[in-house]
Amino acid sequence: MSELTELTIAEARDGLVNRKFSSVELTDVHIRAVEAARDLNAFVTETLDLAIERAKASDDRRAKGKPAGGMDGIPIAVKDLFCTEGVLTTASSHILDGFIPPYESTVSQNLRDAGSVMLGKTNMDEFAMGSANVTSFYGAVKNPWYVNDGKDRVPGGSSGGSAAAVAANISLGAAGSDTGGSIRQPASFCGVVGMKPTYGRCSRWGMVAFASSLDQAGPLTRTVRDAAIMLQAMAGHDSKDSTSSTEPVPNFEASITGEIKGLKIGIPSEYRIDGMSSEIEGLWSQGVEMLKDAGAEPLEVSLPHTKYALPTYYIVAPAEASSNLARYDGVRYGLRVDAETLDEMYETTRGEGFGQEVRRRIMMGAYVLSAGYYDAYYVKAQKLRTLILKDFSDAFKKVDAILTPTTPFAAFAIGEKMDDPVQMYINDVFTVPSSLAGLPAITVPAGLSNEGLPLGLHLITKPFGEETLFCVADVLENLVSFHTKPAYLSKDAR
Amino acid sequence: MTYLIQGRTNDWEVVIGLEVHAQIISDAKLFSGAATSFGAEPNSQVSLVDAGMPGMLPVINEFCIQQAVRTGLGLDAKINLHSVFERKNYFYPDLPQGYQISQYLHPIVGEGMVRLDMPDGTREIGVERLHMEQDAGKSIHDQDPNRTFIDLNRSGVALMEIVSKPDLRSPEEAGAYLRKLRAIVQYLGTCDGNMEQGSLRCDANVSVRPSGSDELRTRAEIKNINSVRFVMQAIEYEAERQVDVYETGGSVVQETRLYDPDRGETRSMRSKEDAHDYRYFPDPDLLPIDLTPDFVEEIKKNLPELPDAKKVRFISEYGVTESDAGILVAEQETAKYFEEVALGRDAKLAANWVIHELFGVLNKVGKGISDSPIVADKLGNLVDLISNNVISSRIAKDVFEEMVAKGKDPGVIVEEKGLKQITDAGEIEIAVNNVIADNADQVKKFREGNQKLVGWFVGQVMKKTQGKANPQMVNELLLEKLKG
Amino acid sequence: MALDEATVRKIAKLARIKVPENEVPTLAEELSKIIEWIEQLNEVDTENVTPMTSMAEMVMPKRADKVTDGNYPDRVLSNAPNPEGPFYTVPKVIE
Repeated sequence: MSELTELTIAEARDGLVNRKFSSVELTDVHIRAVEAARDLNAFVTETLDLAIERAKASDDRRAKGKPAGGMDGIPIAVKDLFCTEGVLTTASSHILDGFIPPYESTVSQNLRDAGSVMLGKTNMDEFAMGSANVTSFYGAVKNPWYVNDGKDRVPGGSSGGSAAAVAANISLGAAGSDTGGSIRQPASFCGVVGMKPTYGRCSRWGMVAFASSLDQAGPLTRTVRDAAIMLQAMAGHDSKDSTSSTEPVPNFEASITGEIKGLKIGIPSEYRIDGMSSEIEGLWSQGVEMLKDAGAEPLEVSLPHTKYALPTYYIVAPAEASSNLARYDGVRYGLRVDAETLDEMYETTRGEGFGQEVRRRIMMGAYVLSAGYYDAYYVKAQKLRTLILKDFSDAFKKVDAILTPTTPFAAFAIGEKMDDPVQMYINDVFTVPSSLAGLPAITVPAGLSNEGLPLGLHLITKPFGEETLFCVADVLENLVSFHTKPAYLSKDAR
Repeated sequence: MTYLIQGRTNDWEVVIGLEVHAQIISDAKLFSGAATSFGAEPNSQVSLVDAGMPGMLPVINEFCIQQAVRTGLGLDAKINLHSVFERKNYFYPDLPQGYQISQYLHPIVGEGMVRLDMPDGTREIGVERLHMEQDAGKSIHDQDPNRTFIDLNRSGVALMEIVSKPDLRSPEEAGAYLRKLRAIVQYLGTCDGNMEQGSLRCDANVSVRPSGSDELRTRAEIKNINSVRFVMQAIEYEAERQVDVYETGGSVVQETRLYDPDRGETRSMRSKEDAHDYRYFPDPDLLPIDLTPDFVEEIKKNLPELPDAKKVRFISEYGVTESDAGILVAEQETAKYFEEVALGRDAKLAANWVIHELFGVLNKVGKGISDSPIVADKLGNLVDLISNNVISSRIAKDVFEEMVAKGKDPGVIVEEKGLKQITDAGEIEIAVNNVIADNADQVKKFREGNQKLVGWFVGQVMKKTQGKANPQMVNELLLEKLKG
Repeated sequence: MALDEATVRKIAKLARIKVPENEVPTLAEELSKIIEWIEQLNEVDTENVTPMTSMAEMVMPKRADKVTDGNYPDRVLSNAPNPEGPFYTVPKVIE
């Protein structure tokens, strides 16, 4: 493949500004990359003609000296959770068969307004429910990383297609969404940077809802700087989303100064979970040492309710999902299975339209909200959430950021961990607490597992502290100096 | 005057609570920028939010909050500075999101009170709460043999649900409560009260119990009744049905029933028989409503005069009777009309004309006061003509009829038809003299002691003057002459 | 089991999801496992804790009472399965 696909967003931006290549040229090589990598199944819908059209428009703007924004001409991928006007949007669910939104989500509109070029809609876990991208109606996504054991690895999820696309040099960046780790965990599994901003930073308008109090859009990129550039384009207040923040959006790229002297980095003892592998433990300690060497001050902190975060999440998220997904009823859009009676139509449409995991979570959610159980489960979970939030705010009185592993293990083989839903849920053990508290967090590839698969380190900070995150993550990225490429990029066929 | 149903074994008392859904007057919907006007093309007043499209989010209409607070203040109710929107989850094709955004544990308005003037005195009916919620769309069942059609124009329109305590004890009280509530929201400008168009809808919770008991028995909920009369009829039927059930050894089941005005009966709604479990939880797409005391105070300062206060003022300011005042304030338009007629005039006379003559005509032609064939100003002129002795009350009725028919000014009618009252003593004396001269017999009878005949003489004089003579002058002159 | 088969049928009905009868036992087992797992929350004393009701610590934004949207039935109906004129349709509902 062309070296243009190996660029970072920052490099591509410079190349476009300095007229080293045009957006059409840049887009064209990426289109070929998309076509060549179809076996990864990273996309549900490719929008290649549209991409060329937008690339041309970008070049025209630049020729007139009026580039649109910070990402003008940059080819990216968009998770199929963002509604895109005139382009099929499925959330990887059968139930959204044929759904062509007559509107554009705020985040994808912001990315368009910044001039970026959409290559397609990426595959994902159905309705973002999953951690392996195996629940997609459109089939599993393959992780571009594999080892010589003949097994395809999962890319993580739910933003698995986005992570795979960025890792496999198919797109320079991708928009994802994170509810309990859906950006960070696949980014970690695919060896890329994944960033979940503060709840409210990016508008949820036009983003297919999974769990409204948790869903947050964010970028997946190859570098921390690229994540800063891309978040800049995505973020901002939106009056159409009542939970959208009015906090001013700072210049994120400017926060990358390389200077972390004196910053206090919290190490939460509760994240040393039972049975944590030595490779994860080692990676984490290494990260602490590196930041210390760079002048930061590591401090033990306590987040006592950490172990309750996952069960709390698995009450709150399904509860909200059971209600959010009630609108998929075969009446106004998407799949309808015809039947004699209304209830028959509802039940068969929803029974056939939703996959197993989604059905399970909807029923779980309906159960925890139902009469007689609401207080015992839902209210209890919301109380735990208050306690989890308090843990973090107490910790952030002492430290500027918290460092943890991103995932408890590296990417596993497709088909594994499928028997027991709770085992699958463990994937998000390190990412869920910050989701419940609405905090910004970022994962940076930090090393390889013993098997040779990427592992990430995870930084969390206080609300609207994205600048701190980018700054520390950039330093960590430089110190780690992770340059290994996925096996897929060097395979013979290419 | 207790309303009791006489059973075979004992008398039964009725216990009624009303849940009233009142459409908030607003230009746009509760959570979207789509219009709310009645009668638009199907699915034209629908935003992507109202259609429950994926990823669409609600943003609250501030004016609707003000309207709810205004209504709460009008009901003398507690305004809750903190209230929360929750989702009420159920499936129905005209409910696009699969849930209704409503308020549940924390409504915007708490306990209040509505005062009823019943023939046997004043009754205070407790209001339990008022909360805001979105309306659903409309299901149309009669357009196709196999399908139901869905129009979402109403989907998302702002409603207030006003829930009474189970304080009502008769169909009459329920009717009076509903009329009073309608008057209050109309006065406040928070709901137009139009029951035909569905701006005001009523669910009635009805149960019965042996007279004298204070238990609360199982109730039936009669849904979506769309006129005051039907509410009263439905309650009457339902209460009797329940008495019958108990007296034949059965038990009343808690269920939703529908009132069929054609048959005058309620029947069980089988489609709603599923045990409902609405799975309420706070809507994560919205934040709680937190009001400041200043916000509430500002609305309070600008409240209009409400029926109860107006009634007191009408009695003291215009000297009308309590019962007339009650009639005049029952609807804001009537009160306004009356004040226009009464201002600077003989208010009692004005009240009389509005209540007896004008209402008589309006009832006959089936019109409301806002469509009155006689505008207030002209009725005022008529009152002036009477007060100033230009015409007699008797002639005034003819003039009034002419006004109804032609819409002309009363002064013009009087001029054209020469109906001006004769107040010239000389002219009247001639007529009186003539009548006395022509009726010697009657004069004799009178002088022999039949005092009642004076009325007959007045009639004769009026006849001679085509009713235009000033009756009082005629009376005086006649007495003077007859007594001779 | 925390959740019996009758409850599974009940919540499937509530959620309007058809669950084939032969899948009910497995689903009951799976959901029970999850329920048992989440019940570890009972270890935590939350007596005096306020449940979280919103993520964003701000005053709820409000819109002005202006008509700014709607009037595009074509867009609203563009994805409708089996529409009829300006209406969505569903199998006949008997009230």
